[in-house]
Amino acid sequence: MNSELLLQLLLNGIIVGMLYGVVAMCFVLIYKSTQVVNFAQGEFLVLGGWVCLSLVIQMGLPFFLAFLFTLVFMAIFGIVVQQIILRPLIGEPIISVIMVTIGLSIFMQSLMNWVFGNDAKRFPDIFGSLSVISIGGLNVETAYVMSLVLSLVIMAVFYFFFRFTRHGLAMRATAFNQQIAQSLGISVKQTFAMAWAISALVSGVAGVVMGIVSAVSNSLAFVGIKVFPAVIVGGLDSIVGAVVGGLIIGVLENLAEFIDGEYLHIGNLYTIAPFYVLIIILMIKPYGLFGTKDIERI
Amino acid sequence: MLAQTDAATMDVSENSDDIILSVNNVEVVFNEVILVLRGLNLKAKRGNITALLGTNGAGKSTSLKAITNLLAMEDGEVTRGSIEYEGEDATHLGPETLVRKGIFLVMEGRGILQDMTVTENLRLGAYSRSNANIKAEIEQIYSYFPRLKERTGLAGYLSGGEQQMLAIGRAMMAKPKLILMDEPSMGLSPLLVKEVFSIIQRLNKELGISILLVEQNAKMALKIADEAYIMENGKIVLDGTAKELMENEDVKEFYLGGGGERRSFKNLKSFKRRKRWL
Ligand SMILES: Nc1ncnc2c1ncn2[C@@H]1O[C@H](COP(=O)(O)OP(=O)(O)OP(=O)(O)O)[C@@H](O)[C@H]1O
Ligand SMILES: [Mg+2]
Repeated sequence: MNSELLLQLLLNGIIVGMLYGVVAMCFVLIYKSTQVVNFAQGEFLVLGGWVCLSLVIQMGLPFFLAFLFTLVFMAIFGIVVQQIILRPLIGEPIISVIMVTIGLSIFMQSLMNWVFGNDAKRFPDIFGSLSVISIGGLNVETAYVMSLVLSLVIMAVFYFFFRFTRHGLAMRATAFNQQIAQSLGISVKQTFAMAWAISALVSGVAGVVMGIVSAVSNSLAFVGIKVFPAVIVGGLDSIVGAVVGGLIIGVLENLAEFIDGEYLHIGNLYTIAPFYVLIIILMIKPYGLFGTKDIERI
Repeated sequence: MLAQTDAATMDVSENSDDIILSVNNVEVVFNEVILVLRGLNLKAKRGNITALLGTNGAGKSTSLKAITNLLAMEDGEVTRGSIEYEGEDATHLGPETLVRKGIFLVMEGRGILQDMTVTENLRLGAYSRSNANIKAEIEQIYSYFPRLKERTGLAGYLSGGEQQMLAIGRAMMAKPKLILMDEPSMGLSPLLVKEVFSIIQRLNKELGISILLVEQNAKMALKIADEAYIMENGKIVLDGTAKELMENEDVKEFYLGGGGERRSFKNLKSFKRRKRWL
């Protein structure tokens, strides 16, 4: 057995898994606070990547300026989507809301195809991101390390935000019970807008990171689909579960690639392995590993 | 005696500065068809404890939600009448605005955020006040409710009595002028009921907070209240000072455990319908 390769893939799995975890958190954030299942989460991510990349390549902005602008853009984008597309649907059956987010996903795919083109594009090598550093004898690209650090930072900020800030607490209160939240003077509308803003913004960051690690392309939206097993494994309404779910999926993917490459030679096993795991976990624990029991099944 | 009551109410309405809340002929409809409040009239005096009594389903909770504008979430709506707070029309102000202006509702069943800690619940009480000195104020609340300080886990694991204390403490964090309390005695042992009521009295006396107290426990409520209203079927059927009501034969029989089978107020011989204001 090629143990070095295995270790390498495990490390990859953890790094990618953390990023999945971040996107899964964004998904859960929207589900928890607004009860919307956002099938367009992957497109949010791609949009963030494209906007930042265009600003750097086409407009020639320095990366950090472009990145800041992307954050602002994504936050506004999230609010606009919430206000224009989803607010009118408050109180409608969950299936209508799902149809709308699927529609949004398809719409964004086509629009981005049209505006940004079909090909994958790379960020200029700003960070020397292709250079390699060695962690415990394993070679890791700098970009991967950055991605890991950034994921950890985002998670820490999420924790701090929901634990200690006034708005974070208000969002949790709204997720628990909207009427109670209102009785405390919390504006539910404002909270909804904030949830979408944060979710879009952080997904956008994930998109930029993935763009730097590999390249920006419309196919990155696949992450939005991969995040499903992560979220459902973790339990649709648990933020911690989302992170754990993301890690599990990331590691599994790479493990599957290893097993496939070394023994089975089926090819492409890694893309479907997470979904098998999803099915198995749901058979054993229908509400996910961390989920509460009374959540919506779809 | 009822005539006297009317006269008293008249006096009050002339001196509108003393009235912190005035509900005028309010009608509430749910789902566009279910009429629950049928012309509710009541006034709460500044600095007083006003009790709103009535049996199950009379519309007490609905009244409080109408005042705090929380009905939209339940597909309910004020379709007629007006609500005035501190002399200004507040019928269509949003719940956030009302909280900021000093009306705070302690909901039926306490409305505790079960999956958050005691401190987090208290912090959210001060959500509407951006200038709050949270730490010091929470300590102040703990001095009222020492037992809460020891509870570090989730609020959902507190006992019913502790949850009620937490709900009241959270209301204090909002520094309101008027607290609406929906059945604070619900599900508590007699001893705890006593404790909760004495705390309500302290809020009123020491902090000068006006209180509108909804209760099924009429005996206890009348003991601490200044004025009281009795509600049936979506409107007020009797009102007066707490003392008057405590001595009223019908109230005694119907609410204070005088025995006999439960009847509607309307069927009682000595009951005379109050003149509708309109
Ligand atoms: N959201 C709603 N939709 C439809 N009807 C409602 C709604 N809320 C309350 N009602 C009805 O309005 C009436 C009054 O309810 P409310 O909760 O105000 O009574 P209450 O006086 O507080 O009773 P209790 O003492 O049991 O709490 C009841 O008949 C109830 O069924
Ligand atoms: Mg009630």
